[in-house]
Amino acid sequence: MSQEMIFKRFERFWHWSQALLIFALIFTGFEIHGSYSVLSFAIAVKLHTLAAWALIVLWIFAIFWHLTTGEWKHYLPTSKGLFAVVYYYAVGAFKGESHPYKKTTNAKHNPLQRLAYLGFKLAISPVIWISGMLYLFYGDWPAALTETLSLEVVAYIHTAAAFAMMVFIIGHVYMTTLGKTVFSHIKPMITGYEDTEKPDVKK
Amino acid sequence: MKKLTPAKLIQLFVGFLLTSLLIGSLQAAETRSPTTADHSKFKVLQGDFKSAPEVTEACLSCHTEAASQVKKTTHWTWLYDHKETGQQLGKSKVMNSFCGMVVTNEPRCTSCHIGYGWKDMKQPPPEEESAVDCLVCHDTTGGYKKFPVLSGFPTEIPREWPKGSGKMVMPPNLTEIAQHVGASNRETCGSCHFYGGGGDGVKHGDLDSSLAKPNAALDVHMDANGLNFSCSECHSTWGHDVAGSRYQVNAKDTKGLVNPGHGEVKAASCESCHNSDPHPQAKLNQHSEKIACQSCHIPEYARGGVATKMWWDWSTAGRLTEEGKQINQKDEQGRLVYSSQKGDFGYGENVVPTYAWFNGTVEYTQIEDEFDTSNPPLGVNRIQGSAGDPDSRIWPFKVMRGKQPFDTVHNTLLATHVFGADDTSFWKNFDWNKALQDASDKTGFAFSGEYDFVETTMHWPITHMVPSADQALECAACHSADSRLAGLPGIYMPGHDSNEWLDRIGWLAVLMTLIGVVFHRIALIISRKINKA
Repeated sequence: MSQEMIFKRFERFWHWSQALLIFALIFTGFEIHGSYSVLSFAIAVKLHTLAAWALIVLWIFAIFWHLTTGEWKHYLPTSKGLFAVVYYYAVGAFKGESHPYKKTTNAKHNPLQRLAYLGFKLAISPVIWISGMLYLFYGDWPAALTETLSLEVVAYIHTAAAFAMMVFIIGHVYMTTLGKTVFSHIKPMITGYEDTEKPDVKK
Repeated sequence: MKKLTPAKLIQLFVGFLLTSLLIGSLQAAETRSPTTADHSKFKVLQGDFKSAPEVTEACLSCHTEAASQVKKTTHWTWLYDHKETGQQLGKSKVMNSFCGMVVTNEPRCTSCHIGYGWKDMKQPPPEEESAVDCLVCHDTTGGYKKFPVLSGFPTEIPREWPKGSGKMVMPPNLTEIAQHVGASNRETCGSCHFYGGGGDGVKHGDLDSSLAKPNAALDVHMDANGLNFSCSECHSTWGHDVAGSRYQVNAKDTKGLVNPGHGEVKAASCESCHNSDPHPQAKLNQHSEKIACQSCHIPEYARGGVATKMWWDWSTAGRLTEEGKQINQKDEQGRLVYSSQKGDFGYGENVVPTYAWFNGTVEYTQIEDEFDTSNPPLGVNRIQGSAGDPDSRIWPFKVMRGKQPFDTVHNTLLATHVFGADDTSFWKNFDWNKALQDASDKTGFAFSGEYDFVETTMHWPITHMVPSADQALECAACHSADSRLAGLPGIYMPGHDSNEWLDRIGWLAVLMTLIGVVFHRIALIISRKINKA
């Protein structure tokens, strides 16, 4: 057992600022959607746009970081052990069994996490970005686009993706509380360190 | 020495304020280059004018082309050949939902013609050049008044008006007025255009006497202490032809700024001065593609303290007292709400406009046009435009409503002979049969003898009473559940529109996830207790 840096400084900065921006986007987004009126439509649009640009910049840095550090490998999907994790959350946890997956610096996400985060990164997010950009630049659409696509459809897709994002967040936040203690998974995301067991390296 | 009491101080302060305001207004009034001609020094204007046409003759002795210019304009002909619809419109031809038609009511209606003595709408206006009324537009003294029932002439003798009021209208001092002519101003244009429909503010809703000296909150361009624009600042003229039309509105000006040397110097659109992208925010500029400037920048009309007529029901007109006397009922604000001559009235002040797609073309139900009586209200005019039409934008309108007589056999609107001291006019005799029959006899428009009243509407584009920009509508005026544009076809408005099924499924998914998570946690707590035990 040793203390090991699981989540690096940039990773943590990226995660928490992304979380903050996404919460801001959801809050302002559903005001723009007309679900409630708190900030006023004008301010909601301003903040939503600002947060969206900030998140885009953050993503550019994050993508660069993932590619240059090789961290992208943590999101490669694998079926190996996936069932065991699913089984643990569905059944095992209730029987008092322990989590079948042990985090390592080489593989910090369990197979279910890998799949969920990959879905977040490759499905929900791109749909939100693309529909959001189309939404934001509606006034600049070329004629060819105006003839084939309507703001209405773009808005529906953007809204649907926002709902998917909320479902992800609820699930994600809940899962973080399923460690040994409620905060044991959240702690390394803040401090970076977790008590990990090094894989056996035989020399 | 007198004591300086607080009351004195306040007096002094108010006096100071008023003085500075006065100085301010005098300075603000200087919006024109000084004239090169002092008309009071002209010999031809020294004479004692016996009649208004004599003044016109004097004007034309120098301004030799003025009369022929005026006679080519709609101000003179009251005719408008509509290029888009092919209809012949103009004041002499159209019906409106206020007083009906000019024909058979000439001496009253032509008191707002820029000429003298047009007594028969079936004939063109008088031919002689001296019949052009120069003074109604060019008086700067405010002393010139066309008498309401003299076919455009001012009175030459003292006359009581309104009849029975005891108020006397004196003949204007033509010599004094002629020596002080100048460019048109808000009062001269307003002497007719503020009073359309028979009274102050009645017709347009965005034009009434409050615009003679408005503040910036009422109209930032005409603000008497600010820009102090005259009407012609925007309604620019070319050889006496004035820019702007309510039959063919420039609903989407894509030409933008008008600079000398770059095409016509005729400008009655916002864009001709402000261009089509005047906002610092790109998103607002993009709105101007589909939304007229007026829609956001005129939050309400009839804001100057003068009510505009919103409802005019002719069907109730003609009710008299048991003694056969006319009834005139007023509301608490002193507005006429019923008169035997005209029927029931409804008014509006600070009215939120009605919004509609508009490409500028206005079509009329003309008196010869048969219409579908089974589907009221009948649009006396109908605006054209749609969401899919690239020339259309969303415009604000005053929608005038009321009831007017129509022929139940021919299904046409009817000319009404209301004015005149004869034995058929409605306002004298209160008998629709006589009034309608006489109008038909004199005009040749068919009348079967059978009539009823049909509910009608009329759309009046709102374009005046633009307050300073800080009073423009907030986004949420449209982008909200309670949207001003609710029900307008062809648009998806974020904040107002959504797909209820998408929302239902979306929120259900969120809710199910939450419930799932809560159940998972509860099950976990229970199972841990069981496992421990």
